[in-house]
Amino acid sequence: MEALIAVVIGVLTASGVFLALRGQTFPVVLGLTFLSYAVNLFLFVMGRLAIGVPPVISDAAAYTDPLPQALVLTAIVISFGMTAFVIVLALKARAELGNDHVDGTHSEEDTAR
Amino acid sequence: MNGLSMHLPILPVLLPLVAGIVLLALRSAPLAVQHSISLAATAALVPLALALLATASDGTQLVYKLGNWDAPFGIVLVADRLAAWMLMATALVALFALLHALRGDDVQGRHFHVLYQLQLFGLNGAFLTGDLFNLFVFFEILLLASYGLLLHGGGRLRVKAGLHFVVINLVGSTLFLFAVGTLYGVTGTLNMADLAVKLARTVPENLALVEAAGLLLFGVFALKAALLPLHLWLPAAYAHTSAPVAALFAIMTKVGAYSILRVYSLMFGADAGAVANLLADWLMPLALVTLVAGMLGAVAATALRQQIAYLVVASVGTLLAAFALDSVDGIAAGLYYLPHTTLATAAIFLLADPIARARGERADRFETGPAMPGARILGGLFFAAAIAMAGLPPLSGFLGKFMLLRAALESPWMTWLWSAVLATGLVGVITLARSGSLLFYRTHSTTEKLTAPRAADWLPAAGLLLLGLGMVIWAGPVSDYATATATQLLEPQAYIDAVLGGRP
Repeated sequence: MEALIAVVIGVLTASGVFLALRGQTFPVVLGLTFLSYAVNLFLFVMGRLAIGVPPVISDAAAYTDPLPQALVLTAIVISFGMTAFVIVLALKARAELGNDHVDGTHSEEDTAR
Repeated sequence: MNGLSMHLPILPVLLPLVAGIVLLALRSAPLAVQHSISLAATAALVPLALALLATASDGTQLVYKLGNWDAPFGIVLVADRLAAWMLMATALVALFALLHALRGDDVQGRHFHVLYQLQLFGLNGAFLTGDLFNLFVFFEILLLASYGLLLHGGGRLRVKAGLHFVVINLVGSTLFLFAVGTLYGVTGTLNMADLAVKLARTVPENLALVEAAGLLLFGVFALKAALLPLHLWLPAAYAHTSAPVAALFAIMTKVGAYSILRVYSLMFGADAGAVANLLADWLMPLALVTLVAGMLGAVAATALRQQIAYLVVASVGTLLAAFALDSVDGIAAGLYYLPHTTLATAAIFLLADPIARARGERADRFETGPAMPGARILGGLFFAAAIAMAGLPPLSGFLGKFMLLRAALESPWMTWLWSAVLATGLVGVITLARSGSLLFYRTHSTTEKLTAPRAADWLPAAGLLLLGLGMVIWAGPVSDYATATATQLLEPQAYIDAVLGGRP
């Protein structure tokens, strides 16, 4: 399972980086979202993977580390808020600059595509 | 300890938060009410910072356990000399920038005062916290408030610069989380003091992981501090935002510098075993290149505020070069230079605003314009601020650079550091003299109706310059405090003992 999770995080990060480097605001926002998904998963996995054990220390011998779950909740809330903000900002930039390029200017190369 | 003084470390964090919430609730109240609440909350940070400074000055490291959970399980706030020092600089800059904002910038958009208080909440929290994840949270708070402040008032250029600023900082936050996650995965703790203990005992098979996380963290802090090559977001963002926000942002790059100093003196310092001196090979060359690149940008700038923004990059280079010396004298020089450069940058950003307005439609672009009304007072203040920025005697910039050069005498980097600091100092003098003469002397007559600046337009900037003068007059006590701070930072064991209560 570790290998699967690692591959998922890697693919999410790679897609995120690729999209964040695009020239238009919409792919950039999507890229940032992918990056935050990847990091949330990464934080969660840092508490090690365990199946069917509670995140509390009880009489049962096995328990899973609750702290990364708390961390990832915080990180999800923050990244959710940030994504909402950056979408609104991208819309505002689209309205103010007249196009959706991150620099506010489309080169001829872009329009040809 | 009695009730209030026991809770002293949390007050600079709580006060702006409460003020921000109250201001949000009173958003339709008369402007005078909002002004007085915002001003009172900001002004109250000065005595709070003074009280913390007084407590910390004898070497006490006040540890405040949130919810009374013992470290490393609970989150702690630590008010040591460095934190109190940063709080003082923040409080002073924030007060004068707010005074400038009250004369009209705050009503150009909505919720200026709310965002301003939340920005202070984030800044103070970042300086006080003793927990790495909590540092991330406070970074996010101050960034989210700064996005709002940066865009305050709107406009094409501001939105474009804001978009770049937001996107690059979101990527930075993601990298911060990756670094924090890796450190937690290896050590099982996020308390900085506990991390320092655990990292010193890193087993060889985890060494590469810890080093990767440490350098990733450095990348994030370097992004916040605008260290080359991660400085490209700064000039556009600072040059296009409103004057009080730019002045407050003078402290924002210092948050990055502070985090570098705190994390790498505590967790990756000389005592950190296998991961000791992680940054030794990186920080100095990057800082010197930043200094040179910032100054070159200032030479090439086409407008006054853009030029100041590049001077901010150069000052970050100087500051981190001082920290990179990693000696008591070097860090002390940096800690003396830090409030100086914050005050001077804020002052000159606040001055650029009335200068731009007095020049009519030319604003702050470097082209000959009509003789501006009130040129005597604006020119005089610009001259004083330029002297402070360029580091000429008799103002505090000179003392800061002098301490830095003297501290570098023993260092293997001496030749590089001396040539970079002295050469960029000369270039800075020439650049600022050229801008000043272009703005104030090369003028032509005009029929354009220009409005003279009012006293309220330049008084806050003058106040900041007076504080800079105070740093020269009381240079003895100030530099003694800086030296004591540097000594405290280079002996992290006391910090660890204070936080963990002497337990292993």
